[in-house]
Amino acid sequence: MKLMHHLLATGLLTIMAGTLQAAPQTFDFKDPKGVNNAVFKLDAPLESINGSANGISGTVTFDPENPAAVQGKIIVTTASLTVPNPMQNTHMHSATWLDATQFPQITFEAKSLANVKTMESVTTGDLTGTFTLKGVAKEIITPVKITYLKDKLSARVPNQQGDLLVIRANFTINREEYNIQPGQYEEKVSPTIELYLAIAGASPKP
Amino acid sequence: MNRTLKIISLILLLATVGTWLFSGANRGWTKTSMAVKTLDDVTGIEGISYQKKFMPGLDFLGAGSLVALALGGSSFFFRKSKHSTKTN
Repeated sequence: MKLMHHLLATGLLTIMAGTLQAAPQTFDFKDPKGVNNAVFKLDAPLESINGSANGISGTVTFDPENPAAVQGKIIVTTASLTVPNPMQNTHMHSATWLDATQFPQITFEAKSLANVKTMESVTTGDLTGTFTLKGVAKEIITPVKITYLKDKLSARVPNQQGDLLVIRANFTINREEYNIQPGQYEEKVSPTIELYLAIAGASPKP
Repeated sequence: MNRTLKIISLILLLATVGTWLFSGANRGWTKTSMAVKTLDDVTGIEGISYQKKFMPGLDFLGAGSLVALALGGSSFFFRKSKHSTKTN
């Protein structure tokens, strides 16, 4: 009888441990090292504009056992968008272009992941989500690469145990659709904007 | 005055072209900062930060050359100073 109880308890503990391990983890993308960035490129016939943004935050829920269930929201502070030319920088943040005062955030909210392929720690797929820029929200689908780095947080942040999640995505948007000077200055400011996102989130363990 | 303006305009033109050339002959707009990439070994992400650096562009070259040419051109509005020589 005692042996039965012991076996039952061990079995329950194993199931509980398995459940805990398989539970989705929440990753915080506010990077203390400031490495997370979003790069944007506009290639117009007369001018090429390259810049980046590092004001990135947000959370993503990821289950290594079920990568397709990934969900979350990534926020980019509009004011953190930077180009090397000071005048272009001022224009970009102004009310006529991105209007960083009225629309202080650019967001992407992940909803579902399709065509999921997982090889070891790397998951690829097509991520569907809502991209919001200058107050205009549109559903987009972007190829994404998600790398789950188990127990690697301490390698990045000393004395902190946990996991890392690296997300890479790139997609193209049309500025006209987001009410950014539609049909204007297309010779100098490309109507299409290429976006490259490379971000890492942390899920600390107590 | 005529000669002085021509010399100043030449110096300005040379200084503008020289500054543009020696700071990388940037064919875009003037930049006041430069993107510096650093690789995060753990995640493999290339972080981007900006360092202050003046890189004159074609606008700087054009503006400097225009001012130099305007100065040089204005020198023609001044008459050459005449040196009076007395003969007995």
